[in-house]
Amino acid sequence: MLSRVAESIYWMARYIERAENTARFIEVTLNLVLDQPMGVDEPWRPLINATGDDEIFNESYSVADAESVMRFMAFDRDYQNSIISALRIARENARSVRESLSSEAFEQINTLYHFVSNAARSDQSLDSPTEFFDSIRRQCHLLTGILDATMSHNTGWHFANMGRLLERADKTSRILDVKYFTLLPTVDSVGTAIDDLQWSSLLFSISGFEAYRREHHMILSDKVVDFVMLHEQFPRSVRFCVDNTETSLLAITNGETTERHALPTQRVAALRERLASTTANEILRFGLHEFVDSIQSDMNEIGSAISESYFR
Amino acid sequence: MTPVANGGRYLLGYTRLWRAKTIVFFNFVSYPEQLEVSVLNDPISFEHYKTDQFFDELIDSAGRPRPDAAPLVEAINRLPSGDLIRRQAAIERSLHRMGITFTVYGDASGTEKIMPFDIVPRVIGSMLWRHIEAGLKQRIKALNLFLDDIYNGQEILADGVVPRALIENAATFLKPCIGLKPPRGVWCHITGTDLIRDADGAVFVLEDNLRCPSGVSYVLQNRAVMKRNFPQIFSTSKVRPVNDYPAHLYQMLRWLARPEIANPTVVVLTPGIYNSAYYEHSFLAHQMGVELVEGRDLMVDDGFVYMRTTEGPQRVDVIYRRVDDVFIDPKVFRKDSVLGVEGLMDVYRNGNVALANAPGTGVADDKVVYAYVPDMIRYYLNETAILPNVKTYICQRDEDRKYVLAHIDQLVVKAANESGGYGMLIGPHSTKEECAEFADKIKKDPRNFIAQPTLSLSRMPTVVDGLLQGRHVDLRPYVLHGEKIWVMPGGLTRVALKKGSLVVNSSQGGGSKDTWVVAEPGQTAVDTQEQN
Repeated sequence: MLSRVAESIYWMARYIERAENTARFIEVTLNLVLDQPMGVDEPWRPLINATGDDEIFNESYSVADAESVMRFMAFDRDYQNSIISALRIARENARSVRESLSSEAFEQINTLYHFVSNAARSDQSLDSPTEFFDSIRRQCHLLTGILDATMSHNTGWHFANMGRLLERADKTSRILDVKYFTLLPTVDSVGTAIDDLQWSSLLFSISGFEAYRREHHMILSDKVVDFVMLHEQFPRSVRFCVDNTETSLLAITNGETTERHALPTQRVAALRERLASTTANEILRFGLHEFVDSIQSDMNEIGSAISESYFR
Repeated sequence: MTPVANGGRYLLGYTRLWRAKTIVFFNFVSYPEQLEVSVLNDPISFEHYKTDQFFDELIDSAGRPRPDAAPLVEAINRLPSGDLIRRQAAIERSLHRMGITFTVYGDASGTEKIMPFDIVPRVIGSMLWRHIEAGLKQRIKALNLFLDDIYNGQEILADGVVPRALIENAATFLKPCIGLKPPRGVWCHITGTDLIRDADGAVFVLEDNLRCPSGVSYVLQNRAVMKRNFPQIFSTSKVRPVNDYPAHLYQMLRWLARPEIANPTVVVLTPGIYNSAYYEHSFLAHQMGVELVEGRDLMVDDGFVYMRTTEGPQRVDVIYRRVDDVFIDPKVFRKDSVLGVEGLMDVYRNGNVALANAPGTGVADDKVVYAYVPDMIRYYLNETAILPNVKTYICQRDEDRKYVLAHIDQLVVKAANESGGYGMLIGPHSTKEECAEFADKIKKDPRNFIAQPTLSLSRMPTVVDGLLQGRHVDLRPYVLHGEKIWVMPGGLTRVALKKGSLVVNSSQGGGSKDTWVVAEPGQTAVDTQEQN
């Protein structure tokens, strides 16, 4: 397959996943704010922290309230990682490779883009933000389903899958990092209702609340870390994403590893190995923030190795 | 108010509501409200259709359907009230949803337009088609001989049939192509010739498009949506299929590869997604099952062209280029081109890659060179042109220029190297100032202008404001020159939707129609049961 086409499909999937995760984070925060006692300081600030783009936000916005955070993360066309920008980039990529996608997939990306673009263009604030962000999330799921069901699971599909999974692993680890970080000052309140709410919202934001409850019932921080980082079967856990990135990478190389393609395979295998041999308690002892940081830089290196080996 | 009327109202309101919703998703052009109302009151038919003083493609001057069009006209007259408009709207919706757009403006505005589509197909009888087909084959044959001649022996210039200065001063005459011997000796493989019919129905050639003619994807898509949305009317007329065009195109491209290559790699080269014809490039690559590449996907190494793939470089044998020739190789043509491939021309000259069309073909569709095509046909083939040119005044000739300047308000003046309806003056529809401005341009640079009489273009019944009205049309059939010359039975009928307008270009408010060539006994006709 053409390198440019593979690259476009990979980034298309990454940006769609980025848009979906951003919509998720906003949706969960909206719900969280409703459940919170009055007077909690800047409930929207952690969302900006999770993006790692605080500086860009602070340049254009003075306060982090519902209005400004939603505008920034959903509709700001100057901000590269807003939902609208992510969808624009995804659509540009899709347009340049539409002959490699099924027409249904292209139509869905187009529809989704116009849905958000029209909302962005309107001056009025959203009637029902929850419904709007929920709808974005659903439409992203629809696209994933369309890709799965209408596209040959060929090299192109595997590049899309890798893009999606690497992006998802990054976002899952980020949200855990930020939640944990903001929860630290309130160590005293462990086990109280608000803490429970915070941890639940973390699980909600990765659609993992029900799956977690089924296994653990009680919300315990080490169990949550284990679930979010190391769960083998839950499709948004970091480990699951890394395991399946490796599966797609092997499908692309067809089991044969030439010198040109050796690096990404080695790096993914090393990270998979690392996650498989770690426990939540080790992570917490090591320092969650430090652990997440090192996982993220591992994933960035996998990304650049894929780019070097396949897209150049 | 009767309950029935109330029911009707409700239905209308509901329809509008549903449309409003789709506007949000697909950026639909909104429809005139009047349309639906008049349809309900006034069924569309040919009953009140007027041909005025024009030649009409479907109806004769006495108001009777022409024999080949009779089954279609009767079928339309039999349609239940409002049916034609409803189907037309359904077709436009499909075209939007499929993203078949011709121009993409900046992303921020989000406007992507479809070429407006009119549901009433043009019907071309088999006799007329045989005449057109023979004329096109003859013309392409002569034009190819001409191209080969002027880039090699230049005999036609030596014999004084075509003025030497005309060719050698043409911007489209590419010096790096001198001495070129394209694979299989063909220069122009893909042609889209613009034809018109005058007040008597005689067919003339208006323009040869020998570079990268576009529009064939509309022909295929127009047919596909007509078959899907209006299958019953096909059964009344025997229509020849057009959907084998990509197969013919692929066969032709394959044939250009070196014969010893068992399984040649064919690609389509596009300037990229911002090109107005990108949809077509993508569509043709998809239909042929070949890669759509951009210049940056290709590289020259060791005397061959390769494309960069995830498995490493892969050799390319045939390139259907939709990038203008002066952009294909920055080493040879425009240095600032980022759309091409450095070193491509060297590989091409050595015969290690084939290009369709060959670079340099533009010199033969120069609007001044056009005037000499009938002479070329006589010179190379010793035949008379089957399809005549429109009478053309060459402003470089003193006598012609005098006539043009004196009658500029009656003529159509065209600049030699402009297309898409730009750089053009339609005398009778222009102000005195506009005419004077063009007269100055002609005096300054006579070489660059030709003039033609204003023709009374033929018309087609077209749905406008809920009624059938006559609108002017042209026809662009597509010709492939491979081992044999093949003319696709049909083509792109473009229609000037503005009343009285003669400009059919999509950039200037033109639309298109499905074009039906009637099958003769023994020829295949469209089967609406088949899947597209």
